[in-house]
Amino acid sequence: MTAPAYPTRWRRPPQLVKSPVLRWALTIGAVLYLVLAFGSIEVNWARVSVGIERGQRFIAGFLQPDFTSRWRDISTGLVESLTMTLTSTVVGVLISIPIGIGAARNIAPVWLYTVCRGIIAASRALQEIIVAIFFVALFGFGAFAGFLTLSFATIGFIGKLLAEDIEDIDETQAEAIRATGASWLQVINYAIQPQVMPRLIGLSVYRLDINFRESAVIGIVGAGGIGGTLNTALSRYEYDSAGAILMIIIGIVMLSEYLSSILRRWVK
Amino acid sequence: MLRVEGLTKVYKTGDKALSDVSFDVPKGQVVGLIGPSGAGKSTLIRCVNRLVEPTSGKVLLNDLDITRLRSGELRRARRRIGMIFQEYALVERLTVMENVLSGRLGYVPFWRSFTRRFPGADIAKAFRLLDRVGLTQHADKRADALSGGQRQRVGIARALEQDPELLLIDEPTASLDPKTSRQIMRLIVEICRESGLPAIINIHDVVLAQQFSDRIIGLQSGRVVFDGAPADLTHEALTNIYGEEDWTAMRQGAAEDAAAEAEDRAEAQKMLGAL
Repeated sequence: MTAPAYPTRWRRPPQLVKSPVLRWALTIGAVLYLVLAFGSIEVNWARVSVGIERGQRFIAGFLQPDFTSRWRDISTGLVESLTMTLTSTVVGVLISIPIGIGAARNIAPVWLYTVCRGIIAASRALQEIIVAIFFVALFGFGAFAGFLTLSFATIGFIGKLLAEDIEDIDETQAEAIRATGASWLQVINYAIQPQVMPRLIGLSVYRLDINFRESAVIGIVGAGGIGGTLNTALSRYEYDSAGAILMIIIGIVMLSEYLSSILRRWVK
Repeated sequence: MLRVEGLTKVYKTGDKALSDVSFDVPKGQVVGLIGPSGAGKSTLIRCVNRLVEPTSGKVLLNDLDITRLRSGELRRARRRIGMIFQEYALVERLTVMENVLSGRLGYVPFWRSFTRRFPGADIAKAFRLLDRVGLTQHADKRADALSGGQRQRVGIARALEQDPELLLIDEPTASLDPKTSRQIMRLIVEICRESGLPAIINIHDVVLAQQFSDRIIGLQSGRVVFDGAPADLTHEALTNIYGEEDWTAMRQGAAEDAAAEAEDRAEAQKMLGAL
């Protein structure tokens, strides 16, 4: 009896598109589109050469940041931003916990799920700047509009991620608690909360950091905080003060990044 | 006592997990439920406390038809049915004590459980049970800090904390080594004997089932194909449940395990005596 001849060559079969014709057509089409797309970008080189000079002044301002001459404005903006960040994160997280629970398919009835997912989708669909413009129009310039904007954005962020985390829990732990005769609230408190708490804390700290960065952006459209100060400095062509503000923002973001990584390791 | 009548479960996918299962479990009887994977053992015990909704049939616990209860009444019925799980199913990030006390959730209002202010009698009971399963010094540890055998002991204490009238036990030894498996089975059976508690133990290990239960029910594709004393579980009966297999060899292996364990214990006794 002879040993059967096994093939010595093996190639990984195509995973996504089985037909070779279609595969080639898609590749060539994508490359062609990319080439045409690059060709359609228009660059006004004359404008760039003028702008380089302005850009240099901007960078020069950065290299010689001026913290002192506008310090009063900067510190007021900074305190406003930090207040706005903290309050909006706390309020946003508190509101998003029930919404996140309602948006988890494995524990909420269908009607509640639909409502909560709707709220989350609305919050996520509207970009912070658009919401800020709306709230500024509604409540006037200032930190209150910023606070509302960031709270609203936090709901979509935490609500969605919390709901997904609840959907990923170890179902047997919930089953065991349910088997003791626990009520729905008790199941949430004893089986769900311990499983999602570390992630919820991590996400909240992460959102604190995002809210601070966003507070600098929405300030530009009038929602108060350090962004307003930055906008004023830029429109006065005070690039040295603007540089100082940007450096403070970068410093605070890096610091909070570092602190949140420590915190996340600690709550495991 | 527990009476199951004509219990049938058809899953949404069309799989018939149980068909027309009927049996009675009198007070104090330990029933070993055996059968191959997919025979419907897990589904059967989950239909008893309605973690899985039965399609038709009745489950009567002391003449109360569990299948007809509405959600509030069901919760009240569940608190008298203790359940012990495969892979322990403890809440990993809670302490051992919280896990044991969670057996009281059906009895206490939400604010008490939320603030962890359980009645003194419940706390004393929890400490007594932890002492019974030998884990008193671990009360404040997180459940995920314990070993497999220890976790299953916490699972047992949680079920007993409920003051159960019936224990449902789903593959208690599935993730334990042979020696710990025996210890856990012995503990469960001892506790059932102490308080005349009836139990249904889902178990894939035939030898353990025969050694520790008063009665064996064999399931095969959702039907009861054997119901009798462990001694009556003959070669033919086993083949009927599981299909052809070398049963004598399997028993021999298990007997060797048991002998080795008995030797260990004798050794330990000697050591204790020497001390």
